[in-house]
Amino acid sequence: MPPVIRHLGDRGLLVALGTGIDPAVNRRVQRLHQILAREKLAGVVETVPAYASLLVVYDPLQAAPQALKRQIAGLCDFDDAAPRETRDVLEIPVVYGGEYGPDLDAVAAYHGLSNEEVIRLHSDTVYRVYMIGFTPGYPYMGELPEALETPRRETPRTHIPKGSVAIAQRQTGIYPVVSPGGWQIIGRTPVELFDPQQENPSLLVMGDQVRFRAVTAEEAHQWRP
Amino acid sequence: MAAVELLDIMTPGILATVQDTGRRGFGQIGVAPSGAADSYSCRLGNLLVGNLEDAAAIEVTLMGFQARFGCDAVAAVTGADLQPTLNDRPLPMWTAHQVKAGDVLAFKTPVCGCRAYLAVGGGFSVPAVMGSRSTNVGAGFGGHAGRALQPGDTLSGRHPAQYLHCRGRTIPDALRPVHTSTWVLRVMAGPQAEQFAPSSYARFFEAAYTVSEKSDRTGVRLEGPVLATQPGAPDSILSEGILGGAIQVPGDGQPIILLNETVTGGYCKIAAVIAADLPLLGQLAPGDTVRFQETDMATAVDLLRRVEAAVAWVRANLAD
Repeated sequence: MPPVIRHLGDRGLLVALGTGIDPAVNRRVQRLHQILAREKLAGVVETVPAYASLLVVYDPLQAAPQALKRQIAGLCDFDDAAPRETRDVLEIPVVYGGEYGPDLDAVAAYHGLSNEEVIRLHSDTVYRVYMIGFTPGYPYMGELPEALETPRRETPRTHIPKGSVAIAQRQTGIYPVVSPGGWQIIGRTPVELFDPQQENPSLLVMGDQVRFRAVTAEEAHQWRP
Repeated sequence: MAAVELLDIMTPGILATVQDTGRRGFGQIGVAPSGAADSYSCRLGNLLVGNLEDAAAIEVTLMGFQARFGCDAVAAVTGADLQPTLNDRPLPMWTAHQVKAGDVLAFKTPVCGCRAYLAVGGGFSVPAVMGSRSTNVGAGFGGHAGRALQPGDTLSGRHPAQYLHCRGRTIPDALRPVHTSTWVLRVMAGPQAEQFAPSSYARFFEAAYTVSEKSDRTGVRLEGPVLATQPGAPDSILSEGILGGAIQVPGDGQPIILLNETVTGGYCKIAAVIAADLPLLGQLAPGDTVRFQETDMATAVDLLRRVEAAVAWVRANLAD
């Protein structure tokens, strides 16, 4: 599919490289993100990858918007060969349920499953990090097994503890900092996802692979990177 | 002994944070730019006191801020007219003043606009985090201890005595922004404009919206005519990158103008405020009226060029 490039005001171009939550589309986004990082086009301030689109932020006094749009369209003409996953699958320990996963019971009841079956389904899958967004370091990961597809909570929470592991629709995510949020909280991880003092502040980047591992609260307490 | 005690916060008021021109390049890991909500006023304040325009200043919101200087320095207040006073006497804005240890800066009550900036020669000495001194309040890093200022906080400065020669500098009237309580913001059609019902799209430009009390540094929430998407069109989309100035419309049909604390969003964007008008977004106060005027790219770029020419004039003519 040829890219669809739309203006977001006078300093953003949204490049859509497909539709939906699809690893092949997301790999195209990742590829364009990498190409633009390499090309360093004049006036481009930064690029923000998402599921199926890349936002190119630019300074309209440094780059003529229409010319930049044509330049980007020209760079989208790459073959579909996906960039290789370069990092190993990262295992993330999770304490499921109880005080750490207040929605686990409701999610299990919604699907007519036991808590153990929900945990097994959630931790049996290798997820792709489709994008980082919402808050610093928040990974949007997919796809959740169909048997766990769950709507968002009707009333979002205003205060979700750091490290909370959550699901919504066919996605799973981890809240790296205390924030509001509407996803179903099924567990918590002791892993630090975002540390602004590090050279690479976000543990995860787009394209990473993640698997969850159920641990006890005691194991989580003793967990060290 | 570069750092000296520069400012003691007595009361921060509604919200006071350390901000600069923002944090760029980390959108890919979910980190928004943050930075002064009215970047124009913040930049000019810094230039007035002899700083680079991206130095750290204090952003003061509406009312209640009070602070005592810990040493002699040169200071300027720009942005909204919140009636600044020094030792209870009115302090002229947009001008660099010499202040002395023990002087108390306060703000009486807002006349117009929402946020004022306090810039001090040498800048506020807080560590740069990910390339910026701006406070990311939501994630709790940057600025002073990663949070809004609190009573009892002491901010350090860097060589404030070396900037005293800047006193008396002032921004010419023609370059001072004119604030009001009835705003016209110039916008371009948003990436999902066509998803809105044509009647809603027209209403967006005809209506006068009121700035809600629920507005904050993340976004200006508006109240007014409900905007609806086309029949059959969803009101949410797959999350995508977003920018300050984007106007998104969630399910309740009430538009929100995003500021610089958000990197991705999943609501349809009916329009986006042009870069030249972004500094005004920091000045929209609860109860103000907002109208939107559609413009095109060529006009938007020309208007931005004029804003940057004004900053360049100040840089060239107020510098040593």
